[in-house]
Amino acid sequence: MNSDNPWLSWSYVQDHWRELIAVGFEHLGITVAAIALACAVAVPLALLARRHPSLAGSIIGISGVLYTIPSLALISVLWPVFGLSPLTVVVALAVYALLVMVRAILVGLSEVPAGTVDAAVGMGMSDRELLWRVQAPLALPTALAGLRIVTVSTVGMVTVGALVGYGGYGSMILAGLYENAYHAKIATATICVVLLALVLDALLLLLERQVTPWVRGR
Amino acid sequence: MTDAPAISLHDVAKTYPDGTVAVHELSFEVPRGRIAALVGPSGCGKTTTMRMINRLTEPTSGEIRVDGSDIMAADPVELRRHIGYVIQQVGLFPHRTISENVATVCDLNGWDATRTSTRVGEMLELVGLDPSTYGERYPHQLSGGQRQRVGVARALAADPPVLLMDEPFGAVDPVARARLQEQFFALQRQLGTTVVLVTHDIDEAVLLGDRLAVMREGGFLDQYAEPGTILGSPATPFVADFVGADRTIKRLALTPIDVSLLAGPRDIPGQPSVPADTRMREALVALFDSPTGTVLVTRDGTPLGTLTMDAVHRAMAAQEPAA
Repeated sequence: MNSDNPWLSWSYVQDHWRELIAVGFEHLGITVAAIALACAVAVPLALLARRHPSLAGSIIGISGVLYTIPSLALISVLWPVFGLSPLTVVVALAVYALLVMVRAILVGLSEVPAGTVDAAVGMGMSDRELLWRVQAPLALPTALAGLRIVTVSTVGMVTVGALVGYGGYGSMILAGLYENAYHAKIATATICVVLLALVLDALLLLLERQVTPWVRGR
Repeated sequence: MTDAPAISLHDVAKTYPDGTVAVHELSFEVPRGRIAALVGPSGCGKTTTMRMINRLTEPTSGEIRVDGSDIMAADPVELRRHIGYVIQQVGLFPHRTISENVATVCDLNGWDATRTSTRVGEMLELVGLDPSTYGERYPHQLSGGQRQRVGVARALAADPPVLLMDEPFGAVDPVARARLQEQFFALQRQLGTTVVLVTHDIDEAVLLGDRLAVMREGGFLDQYAEPGTILGSPATPFVADFVGADRTIKRLALTPIDVSLLAGPRDIPGQPSVPADTRMREALVALFDSPTGTVLVTRDGTPLGTLTMDAVHRAMAAQEPAA
């Protein structure tokens, strides 16, 4: 039976490459949408915490509590709200990405040397100039490191979306299980998840190097 | 306007909301183009006093004028763009090149690119860094002393009439520090910038300061005067103690040779000679080293007179105020 149901099968890839690519785009789309949503919420929250340091603890705390909710439970809660749609998955994943992003941005901001901030203000930078000319660029490497972690973990977590029918390769894995444990389908989809994560991570690393030229040669 | 002091503090005090007094009411004026050194132990309020001048710390009471204008009437951001600022940590922007760092205030003030880049080149040359070698480097690629010089160039690039410095030479080794102090002093005299310098080092204060403000723990200004006066007649026991038991030796470094106290020129074989503009401390060193116990003082090679231990003693005694 094992010979009839191999885990690794090149012929499976050859027969299903169109499906694999289409599913890959769905997987990528959900990943990017979730991270974009997380960033869209994380950046204003981090800026709020920068302006009101007393709020930083609460923001990190609440994001931390959200982070501990099991993904299956979260999707079950969001399901009635957003229905059987990709939005359910996107919102759920964004909730997990939020904590890491907020924390990465805040850590990045806090790591800007105090002397650099003091010099900037002392030379006559307004708060906005301080943020955009000094703090934001110096926080960028840490924020991007957070983004890479979030990206890799989100690519993996998209598979849970199979529960509501939008899990990218996760849906294929689930289908493979139902089809009498179709090993090649399960393994190929899994490998595709890993490859997608590695490719996105490498792209982000390149971006990081590109936008932080001063870190090179240190 | 022109005869107004560049900086004046009148009954300025700083009390924090919890009641801690950082600076008790103090007043002093810094004449245009001069260096005032705020000196004292840690916790004496010298940095707080300096930071009130560009409103990084808001004074609780009193009045501070820069170039005759009340600083509380100005927008703090606008005010700071016309006051240079140098700190011990330097605070260069690690993500910007040396040229970009120096250009900071020019950019904030909206200078056009040509004017800014010309100015950046001039400033780097003025502090002894070749723009073509260092301009495109990042701060971490420079030594501590070089970074400190970039910090000074950056603070002076937009030609501020006033410069604030907080322990600017504190983080570099003693050899580099002496060279930086010397270069900075020459630069300050060349540009005519009015400077408030914060330091805990009395020797640095005496070396660079035209005026010394000696401050005591708890935010008290004990004495504000020229260095010779501080060393010659300290106003309080604290000042006397702070300037050190060797204050007379320090004062010698400030005192020129008093030609009127010299004995007539005597040609003694083996006697060393010093030019008339030598400071007493150096002349004294020559005197100690002299096999004859005398030093010939000359001007443009012409003997003026002979310095003896007795003349040094009388010169210092004459300087000691009657009080």
